[in-house]
Amino acid sequence: MNEFEDQEYSSDFELGLWKRLFYHIREHKKLIFKIMFLFILLAVVETALPMFSAFAIDNFIVGGTLEGLPQFIALYFVVILAFCSLVFGFVLTAGKLETSIVHTIRRKGFEKLQQLSYSFYDTTPVGYIMARMTSDAQRLGDTVAWAMMELVWSLAMMLFMIIVMLVISPFLTMIVLAVMPLLFIITILFRKIMLKNQRLIRKQNSKITAAIAEGINAARTTKTLIRESKNFEEFDGLTTKMKRLSVRAAVISAAFYPIIVLIANVAVGLVVWNAGGQVLVDQISLGTMSLFLNFTMLMFEPIMQMARVFSEIQSAQASAERTIGLIDTEPDISDTPEVVEKYGSLLHPKPENWPVLQGDIVFDNVSFSYKTGEQVLENFNLHIKAGEKIALVGETGAGKSTIINLVCHFYEPTGGRILIDGVDYRKYSQILLQSNLGYVLQTPHLFSGTIKENIRYGKLEATDEEVVEAANTVNAHDFISKLEHGFDTEVGEGGSKISTGEKQLISFARAILKNPKIFVLDEATSSIDTVTEQLIQKAVDKVLKNRTSFIVAHRLSTIRSADRILVIKNGKIFEQGNHKELIKKRGYYYDLYTTQFTKEESERILNVAD
Amino acid sequence: MQTFKRLYKLTKGNRHLYLLAFLCISITVVIALIPPLIISFTLDNAIMGQEYTTFVHRIFADILGTENVRNNLWIPLVAIVTITLVRSLLGYTNNRLQALAVENIIRTMRNTIYDHLQKLPYSYHVKAQTGELIQRATSAVDNIRSFIAGQASEMMRTVLLATIALVVLFNLHPTLAVISSVALPAMFVASYIFNKRFKKAFLKQDEMEGELFETIQENLSGVRVVRAFGRSAHEMEKFSKKNDKFRGFGQALFRQRAIYWACSDFVGLGQLAAIIVFGSHFAIQGEITVGTLIIFTMYANNLIWPVRNMGRILADMGRMGVSLDRIENILDEPQETDTPGAISPSLKEDITFSGVHFSYEDNKKILNDLDFTIKNGETVAILGSTGSGKSTIVHLLLRLYEYGEGSVKIGTNELKNISKSHLRKKIGLVLQEPFLYSKTIQQNLKMAKDTVLEREILAATKTAKAHEFIESFEKKYETMLGERGVTLSGGQRQRVAIARTVIKDSDILIFDDSLSAVDTETDAQIREALKEKSEDTTTIIISQRISTLREAGRIFVMERGRITDTGIHEELIAREGLYKKIWDIQTMLEDELSNE
Repeated sequence: MNEFEDQEYSSDFELGLWKRLFYHIREHKKLIFKIMFLFILLAVVETALPMFSAFAIDNFIVGGTLEGLPQFIALYFVVILAFCSLVFGFVLTAGKLETSIVHTIRRKGFEKLQQLSYSFYDTTPVGYIMARMTSDAQRLGDTVAWAMMELVWSLAMMLFMIIVMLVISPFLTMIVLAVMPLLFIITILFRKIMLKNQRLIRKQNSKITAAIAEGINAARTTKTLIRESKNFEEFDGLTTKMKRLSVRAAVISAAFYPIIVLIANVAVGLVVWNAGGQVLVDQISLGTMSLFLNFTMLMFEPIMQMARVFSEIQSAQASAERTIGLIDTEPDISDTPEVVEKYGSLLHPKPENWPVLQGDIVFDNVSFSYKTGEQVLENFNLHIKAGEKIALVGETGAGKSTIINLVCHFYEPTGGRILIDGVDYRKYSQILLQSNLGYVLQTPHLFSGTIKENIRYGKLEATDEEVVEAANTVNAHDFISKLEHGFDTEVGEGGSKISTGEKQLISFARAILKNPKIFVLDEATSSIDTVTEQLIQKAVDKVLKNRTSFIVAHRLSTIRSADRILVIKNGKIFEQGNHKELIKKRGYYYDLYTTQFTKEESERILNVAD
Repeated sequence: MQTFKRLYKLTKGNRHLYLLAFLCISITVVIALIPPLIISFTLDNAIMGQEYTTFVHRIFADILGTENVRNNLWIPLVAIVTITLVRSLLGYTNNRLQALAVENIIRTMRNTIYDHLQKLPYSYHVKAQTGELIQRATSAVDNIRSFIAGQASEMMRTVLLATIALVVLFNLHPTLAVISSVALPAMFVASYIFNKRFKKAFLKQDEMEGELFETIQENLSGVRVVRAFGRSAHEMEKFSKKNDKFRGFGQALFRQRAIYWACSDFVGLGQLAAIIVFGSHFAIQGEITVGTLIIFTMYANNLIWPVRNMGRILADMGRMGVSLDRIENILDEPQETDTPGAISPSLKEDITFSGVHFSYEDNKKILNDLDFTIKNGETVAILGSTGSGKSTIVHLLLRLYEYGEGSVKIGTNELKNISKSHLRKKIGLVLQEPFLYSKTIQQNLKMAKDTVLEREILAATKTAKAHEFIESFEKKYETMLGERGVTLSGGQRQRVAIARTVIKDSDILIFDDSLSAVDTETDAQIREALKEKSEDTTTIIISQRISTLREAGRIFVMERGRITDTGIHEELIAREGLYKKIWDIQTMLEDELSNE
């Protein structure tokens, strides 16, 4: 089981967690108090409203006179107006609070995401981060701004009504109150059962979604195996179970509401019985009795509301746990205060203090192991002189990227140190090193926007001329100027509107614009048309000149031209040397060469797009 | 109206349930209106001793007796509780019936979609956008479900309630009834218009939210670039812009909603106030009793808010329409059908392509006047570049696509006359990217054939060199595959798929580049084992690896939809061409070494 699967979070109310949440949204304290105030006022006005009809019955109807009617109407109107203004006020304010909380949580989350280290991204699927940033954040906004605030309203409302009722008739009040605990308990009980059922339904629902997804993804294989009817039978099993669960859930909630209404009406009946008797002996007025009836029915609203709010808060707890978990995650790699003081942080760099790097890199007794304890490097020593070209080869998952990530300071050695120009790179800020880094990935990632914007990502303050020059350097200029909008062509989300080869050229231009001292290149294995392929080849040669470079190599020509080849196997440097030396050895490199590289090379020829 | 019609169509097969449910609702609504009447009877007739205002009151008087009630005030209590009990039971039954109907409909809908998707032609699935399709098949159904389960019955209830309540009120006092209902149409229309507008705004908000999420998503998937370029601050700025914009829009929208709620509350409460003021007036005039006034306020309260809600529901119906459209879009795609009267002959015959042309929908010629014959029992290997048409040959043989010009024959039978399911049953095909289902290895292996013996499975996995690594798993053949289980490597996946295919008794075996992820040595072993097992089975092997191809009885070299060269390995490396070019690369090293 994946550790990121929906975990069942503890269901007890965790005060500490919510305190932590409120700590994170403390900038909106004023709004929260404002809403509480509005809600309490609202409760007062809502309590007052039924009194008008009671007054009307007692004074006008039973009294048989319309004296004071204009004043009555005026006051009534004022109270209604006040009520509506309050409704306006609280919807507006709670809306403001909701959006502000969501905004704050997302901002803090995003800020944290910009600081978290690679190891976090290695082990956390994007989908789970997205969930925290999207639906979880939204849910917390909803819960705090509406559910929690409604709790205030419910409490205030009940309190005021009980006070008014007590003043009028303690005895009748007791009758009404006697029913309340029962109502509350039943509501909570039902909520619990319903929640449990909901969970089962959600689980079944995700099974169905998965089955549909599999049905679609497997459609072609299904045809070749003529599995259609068997698949359908299985799917029918899933939907049938879903139906059963859903009907059960519906039946439970179908039972819930009638029970509540029944209890409410028992209370109403009790009031009619007792109050009616009192009216008969003129103990209370007719208006008072109608007021009680009104209040009795109005009381159920806040009680049910409260029960609902409690379960809502409880289920939002998982969201809080996840979101706060993200915001409170500490990055594995962070610059020391002294370094930040001198060179600035990730979000607030101080480039004016940065030294110029040469690109001489030393691995001094470096060990590295993952958090899981898996040891990758052990007492590893290596000296790369400025301008040297290093090729990393090995099978997928052998650990080539670990070394690259160490060089880029995306990982930090767990033992020993890495020196850049003779200085432990922990004494430089991360962003200082990374600003001197040219980085081209196997599957180049472009951001949505124009080609120009994407190239400029390498140097935000670059002029248009510089951008064009960079494109020129990597031979991307030709294909770009052939596009309808030239440099202003939109590349689409993730660069989906241009070909992989073209994306790669752009990412070269982006990297070269930075004029980096150290270059990291993960060569593409995928097929690219011959023309672009040659352009890329030339670009690589130009780009790597006079730069310390690390290449995860797939092309024979790149490997052969490297100053040094590091052969990685099972996370260790297995062999090293140049091509000729390694071939002569007839060792692991020789095997790799005869299988992997020749295969990839011929695939490249065969897969050339026409 | 159109939407209503479509809704009605959906209820097919469950209409009796709906009819019963409707009956229950009707009775429930009527009964729900009784307690206020009992209260007014108690007040007016029993306590105050006034005239009966409606026939209902008279009925109460006849049954319960005015005096009796006056002296035993517990009677109204019991009456109210009893009536509520009946109402609760009916309400429960109604909900239950409706739930059953709704879930029946949804289940049928899901099943129909799934079944249809499976039966759509191969070509549909090749170009289908999986993500979008899944989204359609799931969330569109959810939308429809929430509408018919919640809103539709709410609507029904409101209409019934309004009708009956108004009839009672008009009976009691027409003028006051007019006053009580004057705001209803306005409320309804306003609610509809406002909610329609909100709908639009929500769509825009969704779009904005989408943009915001996309920014986050893009940042996450590009996190390595962001870091490598030290662009955290820049990204933060980009995100903040979107985040601020989204908050701004949300708050503006809340302002509008606040106005709507405040105004509609004002109308609703104003309506109640009007009833009280005018009602008092009429009461003093002696036209109505206190009890009647109470009835009016209670009914009005029960009417005005559901009516407001109904405006919202109607505004919501558009969304359901869209969801229905989306589903119908899928269902309108024609399913794959088998030729009527198709035959199921033995496929242990020669395969002949003559003058076959084929192009996919983009009209680019994939097969161009293709001719060849594969003898029964022969092993043929095909080398070709991407887009040369080699996989297309396979697709045509299984009738996953239909050829246009030319003729394909198996023996003397034209392929078009052979049943699709027969072809797929008798031709064992391992696709380039085989799909393994999220089931156990065992279940995956058993898929190709209805009844499989343990021994056959073992033989197949041994042939495919999959037995050993399967045995190395903790649960062996019971190991779950896929998201919830073990993720196999590319080579392992291919080997399981090969085993799955060789389990069934095929007349023809095809491996469409299905050994590409297996290392050379294992590749050779698998081919050796296959040879032993199915020596007289026609076998087609497609590959880009010379070592895989070289032992075949005949090798086809395909380029641009034609066979440009045929021969055995030794012949092909003796002349210039694609085959030799690839051979050279794959053996380059040996040359290099001998040069030293």
